Amino acid sequence: MIRFDSVSKVYPKQTRPALRDVSLEVEKGEFVFLVGSSGSGKSTFLRLVLREERCSHGQVHVLGKDLARLSNWKVPQMRRQLGTVFQDFRLLPNKTVAENVAFAQEVIGKSRGEIRKSVPQVLDLVGLGGKEGRMPGELSGGEQQRVAIARAFVNRPKLLIADEPTGNLDPQTSVGIMKLLDRINRTGTTVIMATHDQNIVDQMRKRVIELEKGRLVRDQARGVYGYQH
Amino acid sequence: MRAQFVLSEIGVGLRRNLTMTFAVIVSVALSLALFGGSLLMSDQVSTMKGYWYDKVNVSIFLCNKSDAENDANCAKGAVTADQKKQILADLDKMPVVQKVTYESQDEAYKHYKQQFGDSPLASSLTPDQMQESYRIKLKNPEQYKVIASAFNGRDGVQSVQDQKGILDNLFGLLNLMNNAALGVMALMLVVALLLIVNTVRVSAFSRRRETGIMRLVGASGFYIQAPFIMEAAVAGLIGGGLACVFLVVGRYFTIDHGMALSAKLTLINFVGWDAVLTKLPLILAASVLMPALAAFFALRKYLKV
Repeated sequence: MIRFDSVSKVYPKQTRPALRDVSLEVEKGEFVFLVGSSGSGKSTFLRLVLREERCSHGQVHVLGKDLARLSNWKVPQMRRQLGTVFQDFRLLPNKTVAENVAFAQEVIGKSRGEIRKSVPQVLDLVGLGGKEGRMPGELSGGEQQRVAIARAFVNRPKLLIADEPTGNLDPQTSVGIMKLLDRINRTGTTVIMATHDQNIVDQMRKRVIELEKGRLVRDQARGVYGYQH
Repeated sequence: MRAQFVLSEIGVGLRRNLTMTFAVIVSVALSLALFGGSLLMSDQVSTMKGYWYDKVNVSIFLCNKSDAENDANCAKGAVTADQKKQILADLDKMPVVQKVTYESQDEAYKHYKQQFGDSPLASSLTPDQMQESYRIKLKNPEQYKVIASAFNGRDGVQSVQDQKGILDNLFGLLNLMNNAALGVMALMLVVALLLIVNTVRVSAFSRRRETGIMRLVGASGFYIQAPFIMEAAVAGLIGGGLACVFLVVGRYFTIDHGMALSAKLTLINFVGWDAVLTKLPLILAASVLMPALAAFFALRKYLKV
């Protein structure tokens, strides 16, 4: 699903690489936590997977494709198979819940019939059935994140990327979001989640990848948040 | 791509930047109206050239008795029959000459009377005060100098006169005005394009949330850019439409009605409506394409896809 072969990333005008010689593989259907302090390279890792950036050295394969050799105009096609969720939700404030979710389908040219069918379905899945007509501003943080997850999942991506999805939420709400992500993972979708939330990582007991100053320092199946040597 | 979705995005975008859109429309309208106006002006000049050059002659005026006393060119006396024959023979040999007509003193007197019959000067003239002349029609009116250099200063020739020279002053003035209009147009166009670039920048900035989300869910670059480009094109088209209206109304009020120049200046035949109408598609095409291109290049800079 994702393969990094000795990947390094140096941003222009910076001497210290954001990622150094990272090699790893994520299989289909896995649930992976990406941990590490701020500036450890988590965001760079995710940006490379999304091909917001290209790596400086090494090779990044996502969904079987070498991203270095993927031409720019094919990138949108690749991204349609990925779903993304962020800490700040990134909802459109002037569109309703249903419109926000439908937006992800409209912009890739899905027909109106498909949209009308899949939007209520996915909203039910994330537990927002009946709130289709609400505006994002009227919802709680947890509910907004559910809308974002619905939007990320509505096109049935093979890979869901979550960048600190619980960063703005209280612990109890976070648990709900994690249950939802776990449920999505059980449908066969691979999930990669960058997080600082120790409790969540410790509770879920999934694979943990830790980055430190751009290096891969730990890759542990059924791991926990902190060091365990 | 769903047309309705794109259309609603364009509508939202145009309304969001209403003042900017208005500025774009006005500057596109003015610059293209000037553009069309100057195209029409040069059409006007060339029809006038065609019309007048067809009628103008090069005239070789021959010395008469009074010239022989007063004019330095005619110091050797009035023209003789031999000289006239020689001039005519030489003219016939010249390849640039299309047709030569001879005007006698009597004919010159008659023409003068027709033109200036009522003036006090005309009544005091007698035929023998008039000059004989050869009226030469050239194949190409620009080649006046060949005739001038061949016959100026020859015995019996008082002067060689090119009527085209008089017209050229007029056409020169018109061309100057035309170039000035083109210069103003170029400036307005630059202003219009800069406004469009700026509008696109503002609108890309204010919609960065939408475009960011579009990018994440895998909308194609074209799909993300299309609303911006269409916005510029729509604003441009409205401007182009206004420019067309300006041109049509402008012609109507200067030439046909209002100032009614066609009635006052009967000597000039003005460009027809067909000339105006053929400019309109050109203006409309330019009004759509230029803003769209400007927007496209602005987006490459201000919108990440």
